[in-house]
Amino acid sequence: MNWRAVSAIARKDLYEVRHNRMVWMPMIVLPVVLCLILPLVLLLTAQAAGQDSPDALLDPDIARMMANLPQSMKAELEGLNGNQQMIVLMLGYLFAPLFLILPIMTASTIGTNSFVGEKERKTIEALLYTPATDRELFVGKMLAAILPALVITWLSFILYTLILNVVGTPIMGRIWFPTPAWYPLILWVTPAVAGMGVLGAVIVSARAGTFMEAYQTTGVLVVPLLLLVFGQVFGVITLSVELALVVGLVVWLVDWALLWASQRLFSRYRLFESGRL
Amino acid sequence: MSSVIQTEHLTRRFGDLTALDQISLTVEQGEVFGLLGPNGAGKTTLVRLLNGMLAISGGSARVLGYDPASQGDQLRRHTGVLTETPSLYEQLSARENLIFFGTLYGVPEGDLSRRVDEVLDLFGLRERTANKAGEFSKGMKQRLALARTLVHEPELLFFDEPTAALDPEASRQVTDLIASLSRERGRTIFLCTHNLDEAQRLCDRVAVINRGKLLAVGTPAQLARDQFQGTWVEIALRTAPDGRLVTALQALPEVIQVSLDDQKLAVQINHDDVIPAVVVQVVELGGQIMRVNPREHSLEEIYFKVQEEAKA
Repeated sequence: MNWRAVSAIARKDLYEVRHNRMVWMPMIVLPVVLCLILPLVLLLTAQAAGQDSPDALLDPDIARMMANLPQSMKAELEGLNGNQQMIVLMLGYLFAPLFLILPIMTASTIGTNSFVGEKERKTIEALLYTPATDRELFVGKMLAAILPALVITWLSFILYTLILNVVGTPIMGRIWFPTPAWYPLILWVTPAVAGMGVLGAVIVSARAGTFMEAYQTTGVLVVPLLLLVFGQVFGVITLSVELALVVGLVVWLVDWALLWASQRLFSRYRLFESGRL
Repeated sequence: MSSVIQTEHLTRRFGDLTALDQISLTVEQGEVFGLLGPNGAGKTTLVRLLNGMLAISGGSARVLGYDPASQGDQLRRHTGVLTETPSLYEQLSARENLIFFGTLYGVPEGDLSRRVDEVLDLFGLRERTANKAGEFSKGMKQRLALARTLVHEPELLFFDEPTAALDPEASRQVTDLIASLSRERGRTIFLCTHNLDEAQRLCDRVAVINRGKLLAVGTPAQLARDQFQGTWVEIALRTAPDGRLVTALQALPEVIQVSLDDQKLAVQINHDDVIPAVVVQVVELGGQIMRVNPREHSLEEIYFKVQEEAKA
């Protein structure tokens, strides 16, 4: 593997991302909404409501959810007042799957721009005529998508942690976040999900003609993550260290299958035979 | 001279379509070899096969001693390819484009900056080095793309329709640059084109291709001899001759036919050696010769003759 070539490809792709607003804008907006605006709104609302306000828990849907909570979670919430319970439930549990949307969306957007965007802008042919091997091209483009996805996710997590603790301490009375399940979620699951995003983008890009077409198609990758969101809302699953480890394992296995498929698709022979260059 | 490209019955099929059918040709070191044919003839497919971009369906190819099918990555270190579209990264500056491709082509880091400056100078782009490629005119983009093909000093260059999308002025600039690469720098050039004027100007040898089949290969003069019987010589006279001159010329053994148009004689002969005898005959019969011009067949005439014969 010629790492000088791999690095050149990755740096070039990242440069192109920085100069394409349609690509980088969603990567800024989603973390700001998810890690800054929504937690701030929740925390400030709770703060304004006062220490012992149980109002939120009187909502019938939330009351039903509270009733369906597994025993382990109920134990964690025991001894907390209404606002504290609400904060732990919303920001400690329900927001967790949303954090998986960040790496998958970032990786798939950059991956789509990198793979199908080169075809759309008619730059891929000159790239393929270089001596860089199929694998070097593939790895360079993968890195260009996965690294920023992880950096954005992990920076967002740090920001989220800071906000939850700095703004949340007056309500919670202590530094309470992250809870143990978040560590495997961030360190084990998010890299796997970023991989799924970019590998999905490679597969979609093999058939798509334009960035927008591929971008819209890669949106289906978010569907399994929404199952996690709704699974928690309906009390079917609950974020725990064990669950995070299992979800991560499943996604890594899916990645392995996608890697096998996408490497077969991303070859000079396939690309030129497809007649889409 | 040694062959840099050799193909034997090279064939490429896409499903039921045979895009290239048993192509056998050689390209010698230092020559400009033109591949002429209409759109869809198989020119681009041949360039792709010769650079290891497509699998070979039948036959064999050697390019610079490499098998493109199994050694494409090594081969491409020694070739430069210019496609019909410049394929430049428009957000990157001219210099950044060349640095990027130079890196991929394996130019050592210590030499890269100097090589980039050299090719920017060669193609008159030094003053626009910091400008984004997207700000360039079509002609400048094609010059930058040409510079890209040379940044790693390849032995063999493939130019696929290099002027197809350019206006006449830009096209002339690019053709001049290709000519200088061949004549002053001794590069071997494989030029695919359907621009016959361009081919006439640049190529030492040409091959004519259509629907994947190789119809003819040779120098333009060889092809002219193969396709057309004899050579025409035009003789301009001071005054219109009488009929005796035409009869006398027709009696010469190597003369095929003679036509007269006022003061201009056109004599078709079997080979160039007969020209002195024809001139002597005209002078002896009182003709006052102003000019003698052997009329060479243009590549365009040759090309269409080859294509017509293939259809027939």
